[in-house]
Amino acid sequence: MQVLKVRVATVWLSGCSGCHMSFLDQDEKIIELADKIEVVYSPIVDIKDFPEDVDVTLVEGAVANEEQLHQLKIIRERTKLLIAFGDCAVTGNVVALRNMFQDSVKEVLERAYVENVDYNRQYPTQVPKLLKNAHPLHEIVKVDFYLPGCPPSAELINYVLRELLDGRTPSLEGRFKFG
Amino acid sequence: MAARAVKLTIDGKEVFAKPSDTILKAATENGIYIPTLCYLEGLSPYGGCRLCIVEVKGTPKPVTACTTPVSEGMEVITNSPLILKYRRQILELILAERIHVCSVCVANGSCELQSLASNLGVDHTNVQRNWRPLPLDSSHERLVIDHNRCIMCTRCIRVCDEIEGVHVLDIKGRGENSMIVIDLDEKWSDSYSCTSCGKCAAVCPVGAIYIKGKALAETKKKELPEFIVGRRRR
Repeated sequence: MQVLKVRVATVWLSGCSGCHMSFLDQDEKIIELADKIEVVYSPIVDIKDFPEDVDVTLVEGAVANEEQLHQLKIIRERTKLLIAFGDCAVTGNVVALRNMFQDSVKEVLERAYVENVDYNRQYPTQVPKLLKNAHPLHEIVKVDFYLPGCPPSAELINYVLRELLDGRTPSLEGRFKFG
Repeated sequence: MAARAVKLTIDGKEVFAKPSDTILKAATENGIYIPTLCYLEGLSPYGGCRLCIVEVKGTPKPVTACTTPVSEGMEVITNSPLILKYRRQILELILAERIHVCSVCVANGSCELQSLASNLGVDHTNVQRNWRPLPLDSSHERLVIDHNRCIMCTRCIRVCDEIEGVHVLDIKGRGENSMIVIDLDEKWSDSYSCTSCGKCAAVCPVGAIYIKGKALAETKKKELPEFIVGRRRR
């Protein structure tokens, strides 16, 4: 008889993917996890739409554009336990540094696509619109667990996942570190 | 003749202290930990960060351990659920007030705010963060002050005044508009009174004042309290 595995998803919003790298840095411990979890959606899994009935979703990155805003709401609906994964998801981090500018969208686009460009200067058009501010996840949806770090260490990620798989609430006091 | 010792209880433990001692000193000397941020051994206590709040039986509101003297029969509780909750809220407010982004901060890894957040379990802020930018003054040849990272603990002001004895630094404004100023709100490079000693950078608990091109681990000396207390005695 096949044992039912815990359905886990990982999502990459506005972040550098460093948290996902740290996830992969669990090395051989991932193999131990693989006996208990099934990764049903992830940047490293070839599935286009976020599936239904996901048990745990790790969301990396801040919410910075309209598509991510839409995506995060769907993720919340279809996920039992949503984890803000890394500093960008928890605080906004570097992604939200643009929030300090008055007209942040225009200033950021101007800087990236006009001022610092020598050839073919133009704003991108075929991509989702940037929101006025970049937001940490909990400003948009309910977050069940916060896993800070830039990135969270592989050991910490592994600890959190193992505790959750064993049915306990991980205690991060004194274990995590912003930045 | 030495003054009579005062007997009090801290977290149910009976301790003795000098009448001139603060609750914080009595607790620390008896191995009871109370978190602090603006307090620094050897500088006058300020009571500004409020992290060292404790409950004293018979007092309706929490008091700051770093400024409250001990008294006979006092019953102090340092870690009730209410106190822990308040401390977390205080840290959340400090984190939300200015732009604290650890990953791009010079103090990352040697920051007292960062380690306190971890130790008190402040893994996010429920208060929306304030992204209002503040100026940065890097005009001085070796010192930089980034007001975005300042938590207004006033350690730099006190060390400059009480140890170096020049009082270059002070505060202007009130509430969220308060800011550290150099002399009469001048550019640091224009300051005639600054001796460029760098004690402000050495005592800064975060990355607000730092020395150009120097690793924070070098700037923030581990033996700092001994150094300050030593200077004070001289």
